[in-house]
Amino acid sequence: MTDGIGARARRKEDRRFITGKGKYTDDIRVENQAYAAFVRCPVAHARINGVDASAALAMEGVIAVYTGPDLKADGIGDIITGWAITSKDGSPMKTGVWSPLVTEYGRYVGDAIAIVVAETQSQARAAAETVELDFEELPAVVLADRALEEGAAQVHDNVPGNLIYTWELGDEAKTDAAMANASHVTELDIVNNRLSPNAMEPRSAVAVYDEAEDHYTLYTTSQNPHVARLVLSAFYNVAPEHKLRVIAPDVGGGFGSKIYIYPEEIACLWASMKTGRSVKWTSERGEAFLTDAHGRDHVTKAKMGFDNEGRIVAFHVDTIANLGAYASLFATVTPTYLYGTLWSGQYDIPAIYGTVRAVHTNTVPVDAYRGAGRPEATYMIERVMEVAAREMRMDPAELRRRNFIREFPYQTQVILQYDAGDFDAILDKAQAAADVAGFPARRAEAEARGRLRGLGYSTFIEACGLAPSAAVGSLGAGVGLWESAEVRVNPVGTVEILTGAHSHGQGHETTFAQLVSDRFGVPIDNVQVVHGDTDKVQFGMGTYGSRSGPVGMSAVMKALDKVEAKARKIAAHTLEAAEDDLVIENGEVKVAGTDRKMGWHEVALAAYTAHNLPEGLEPGLKEGAFFDPVNFSFPSGALICEVEVDPETGVTEVVQFTAADDFGTIINPMIVEGQVHGGVTQGIGQAMLERVVYDEDGQLVTGSYMDYCMPRADDVPSYVLDHHSTPSPNNPLGLKGCGEAGAIGAPPAVINAITDAIGTETLQMPATPQAVWQALAWARTPVAAE
Amino acid sequence: MYPTTYHKPASLSDAAAALSASDEAMVLAGGQTLLPTMKQRLASPSALVDIRAIPELRGITVSGATVTIGAATTHAEVAGHHGVQQTIPALACLAAGIGDPAVRHMGTIGGSVANNDPAADYPAAVLGLGATVVTNTREIAADDFFEGMFATALDEGEIITAIRFEAPKRAAYMKFRNPASRYAIVGVFVAETDAGARVAVTGAGADGVFRHSGMEAALSASFAPEAIDGCEVGEGDMASDIHASAAYRAHLVTVMARRAVAGAV
Ligand SMILES: Cc1cc2nc3c(=O)[nH]c(=O)nc-3n(C[C@H](O)[C@H](O)[C@H](O)COP(=O)(O)OP(=O)(O)OC[C@H]3O[C@@H](n4cnc5c(N)ncnc54)[C@H](O)[C@@H]3O)c2cc1C
Repeated sequence: MTDGIGARARRKEDRRFITGKGKYTDDIRVENQAYAAFVRCPVAHARINGVDASAALAMEGVIAVYTGPDLKADGIGDIITGWAITSKDGSPMKTGVWSPLVTEYGRYVGDAIAIVVAETQSQARAAAETVELDFEELPAVVLADRALEEGAAQVHDNVPGNLIYTWELGDEAKTDAAMANASHVTELDIVNNRLSPNAMEPRSAVAVYDEAEDHYTLYTTSQNPHVARLVLSAFYNVAPEHKLRVIAPDVGGGFGSKIYIYPEEIACLWASMKTGRSVKWTSERGEAFLTDAHGRDHVTKAKMGFDNEGRIVAFHVDTIANLGAYASLFATVTPTYLYGTLWSGQYDIPAIYGTVRAVHTNTVPVDAYRGAGRPEATYMIERVMEVAAREMRMDPAELRRRNFIREFPYQTQVILQYDAGDFDAILDKAQAAADVAGFPARRAEAEARGRLRGLGYSTFIEACGLAPSAAVGSLGAGVGLWESAEVRVNPVGTVEILTGAHSHGQGHETTFAQLVSDRFGVPIDNVQVVHGDTDKVQFGMGTYGSRSGPVGMSAVMKALDKVEAKARKIAAHTLEAAEDDLVIENGEVKVAGTDRKMGWHEVALAAYTAHNLPEGLEPGLKEGAFFDPVNFSFPSGALICEVEVDPETGVTEVVQFTAADDFGTIINPMIVEGQVHGGVTQGIGQAMLERVVYDEDGQLVTGSYMDYCMPRADDVPSYVLDHHSTPSPNNPLGLKGCGEAGAIGAPPAVINAITDAIGTETLQMPATPQAVWQALAWARTPVAAE
Repeated sequence: MYPTTYHKPASLSDAAAALSASDEAMVLAGGQTLLPTMKQRLASPSALVDIRAIPELRGITVSGATVTIGAATTHAEVAGHHGVQQTIPALACLAAGIGDPAVRHMGTIGGSVANNDPAADYPAAVLGLGATVVTNTREIAADDFFEGMFATALDEGEIITAIRFEAPKRAAYMKFRNPASRYAIVGVFVAETDAGARVAVTGAGADGVFRHSGMEAALSASFAPEAIDGCEVGEGDMASDIHASAAYRAHLVTVMARRAVAGAV
C-alpha cells in the first residue's frame, strides 16, 4: 500500500481546500489587530507636492498615517531588482528608484504614497480616501515602443530615453552574413500581450511586532518566504534576519506574482513596529489589477532565414520589453536570460543574434509570470516557423522536423546546452493523438456548416529547474538558486520533509511525500511536508520556474540517500547482516534471500532508543541536504490546436487541443496533467481572451473582470494529453518540470490554428472575436491592412 | 462599502414611505448591480429598501396572451416558468442567458429594467415586445420608459411593481456576449406582432437600448432574414470600447438581427 513515484495519488491537501478549511493569510487572526489601507497615486505620472493627512488623522479609529519620508527617516531601503544586466556597450543597466512609499513622484496609477492604519478595515479605507494629495499631473507614456520615441515622457530622470538597457546575445556578424545568403527570409512583427496574473487569492500581509522580544512575524502570500525574509532584512532594513519570521501559509496561486516583495508588505511590517499593533492588509481585486506585477508585454521584429531545403540558416530578433515604472525583482532577467537563451527552440540554428531594449513606462511593474520569458520566446519562434512553412508551401510539421535537434547534449548559439530530448517522438505522439491525418475531412465538414477550421502547431522547449548557482551568478544574479531539504524520521517511523520549496497549488504535500513512500514504503499519509515557515525550514529559494521538482525534490533525494545510508547501518547491525544484502520495500528492511527483517518503524525506533547502535554512530535519524543543479532542465512538447471560426462574427472556438510533453520522469501523472490543463488554459487565455489595457493617459481600462477576460471552463475543450519521457541526466530523478509548459507552448498553437483557418497572418493576441473579424476583413481588402 | 441602513418592508406603502423618509435611500432588489457598486464605494445610499418581501411584487401570471411578471421575480424564475416558456418562449430564453446561475437566482426583472444598463438584456425584450412598465403610481409604455444609458422615466422614489407583456406572433432574442462580462455587446430582440414587426437593440447603441425603424419596416413587409440585408445600421450611433468598435457593433447588429429572425418562434 504505497504511493510511490508514478502513482496517481490523490492530493492530500485537497481535503482542506475542497472543504473550505484552507488557512490563508487573510484567515490569520492575531491579538491587537489593526488594519491598513493605502493611499495611491490616482494618475499615471505626477509630481507630488504634498500629502495632507490631517482630516484622516482626525477620523474615528485612525491610529496613524505614514508617508515616504517617515520610512526614509527610519532607514527603510528602496526596492531592489535581483539581477544586474549589462548593455551591449558594456555599460551597466539604469533603473529608476522605487521607494516603498513614493515621495516626490508617482509613476503609475496605484503607486503607493501613504499607509493608513486604523482599528477596522472600513475605517482605514474611509480615512485613506480623505488623505489629500497636492500633485501636478505630468505627461505619461504607456506603450513599450512609444517609450523609446523622441519626446516621450520621461519616467525617471536617471534613465534617459526610458532605456534601461540594450542587451544583446549571439553573433551579429555571423547572423547577418547567413541571413544575406538565405534563399528565403520570413519576417514577422509580434506583440506579446500584457497580462494580469489574477491569482485566486489576492495578496495579503499580517505583520506582528512583539515589543518584548523585539521580534517580527510576517504572514504573507509568498512563493518564497525565505527570500522575502532575506530581502526585508538585508536590503530594506525593516528587521534583522534572526529577528524576523516569515510565514507563507496556504497560498492560493501565485504564477510568479507572489515572488516579489511589494511595498505593502514592507510598509505593514514597519508600521507594526511603529504603532505597536498588528497590521493587516488584504488587497481588493481592483487593487490587485492595479498593483500586482503584470506579465509579458513585448514588441518584437523577428526574422528567420532558410536555405532552399527549408533548413534554418539564421535567426534575428529585435525586442522591446516594457518593464513598467520600476524594475521589479526578476524584471530585468525575464526578457534577457530567460528569453534570449531560448531563441534556438527545438531547432539546430547555426547563427542567432538578437537585442532586447528594456524600457520604463508609467504602468505597474512587469515581472516574471508563468513561463517568464520562455512563452515570449516560444510564441515568436513558433509563429515564425508556421508562417515560414506557409510562405514556402511546406507542411509546418515537416519544416519543424527538418530542423529538429537530434543529438544531445546540444550546445545552442545562445548559451544553453540542452541535455536530453526526442522531438520527433513527441511530435509523432501529438500528431497521432490529434489525428492530424483526419484533419482535411474535418475541415471540409466544418466548411459545409459555414465554419472555417484551422490547425496549428507549437513545438517548444523551455529551460526549467532554476538554476545552477555559479552559472546564474556569472550572468548577474544576486542570489544562488539551489534548494535545501531536511528529512526527519520520527521514532515511530513517520516522516517529516522540510523543504525550501513552497506549494501554492502545485500539490507538494502529496508529491514530496511520494518520494518517501517510494524509498521506504511508508504510506504517504505517514509523511508530513513542512514548508513556508522560516522558523521551521532553515533556508530555501522557493517555488517558481518549475524548480520544485528538478531542484527541490533533488535536495529531498539527497537527504533521503543520507537517511537511507544511516538506516541501513542500523538495520545491518541489528539483523547482523551486511548493508549490501539489505533491501527496503513495503515498509520493511529485509536481508535478501532470508526471512530476517525489521519493520521500518523498528529501524526508526532503534535509531532513537540508541540501545544498540553500531560503534560510533550518532543516535537519531534526521538528515539535511542542499542541491545545486549542474544545468537547467529542458522540458519540451508538441502541441496541436484545432479551431473553428464563424467568419460572420469572428467568434472562434477551440475545438480540439492536444499536448504531448516530455517532462522526464513523472512523479504523479494526475498532478502533472492538472498542471498541463491549467497551463494550457492560461495559454489559451493569453491567445484569445486576456489583455491589460491602459488608456493613453495611463489609466487602467481593464481594472475588473467586466473588462479583463479570464478563461472559463466553457472557453476550452477537454484536452488530449500524451507523454514521452527522456529523463534529465542532470538530477537524481530525471525530472524536468511541468508547471509552466502549457502556458509556454499553447499560445502559438492557438494563433497558428486561427491564422490557418482565416488565411491571413495579420492577427495579434488576444484573438478576440473582433480581432479575428477585423483580420478577415483586412484580408478581403488588402489595402486597408497597411 | 460605506455604512447604510437596511429596511425590509412587507408592503408597498411601507416601502414607499421608507424611500421618502431618507434623502438618499435606494431600492434594493437582487443586489446584483447595486451591491457591487456599493462595495466599490461608487454608491453610498443612506438607506436600502429591500422590496423582495412584498408579496405583490413577486410571481408570474399568465392570462391568455398577457404575461405579467412581478418586479422582484428572479431571472431564474422567468427562465424556468412553464407559462412564459409556452407564451413568449423568447423571453424565457433571454432570461436563461443572463449572467451565470448565481446572478440568475438573485437578479430581478424590475432591477434590470430600472437600472437600464446599456448592455443589459431585459430592456431589449421590454422594448421589443412593446411591454408596459407598471409602477406604484402609474403605467409607462416601453417606448416612453427608456431614456438613454442608465436613465429611465422613473421618478424619484417610484417603484416598479410589474412588467406586463403581450405575446407576439413569434419572437427571438439573439445575444452576442462580451467575452469578459458576458453582458450583451449586441443583443437584438425581434418580434412579429399584429401591429407589425418590432426590433429592439441592446448593447450596441451609444445611448442605450433603441428600436431600429428601418429593420422594423423591412420585417413588417416580409418577416424573413433576407429582409434585413438592405438595412443600414449607422456606425455613428454605436458605442465603441476595447471589446468592440462601432463598426464591429454595427456589423453585429445586422448579423444578430438576421439570426434572430431566422430563429423566431
Ligand atoms: C456577474 C454578473 C453578470 C451579469 N450578467 C448580466 C447579463 O448577462 N445580462 C444582464 O442583463 N444583466 C446581467 N447582470 C445584471 C443582473 O441581471 C442584475 O440582476 C440586474 O442588472 C439588476 O437587478 P437586481 O435585481 O440585482 O437589482 P439591484 O442591483 O438590487 O438594483 C439595481 C438598481 O435598480 C433599482 N431597483 C431595483 N428594483 C427596483 C424596482 N422594483 N423599482 C425601482 N427601482 C428598482 C435599484 O435601486 C438599483 O438602482 C449581471 C450581474 C452580475 C453580477
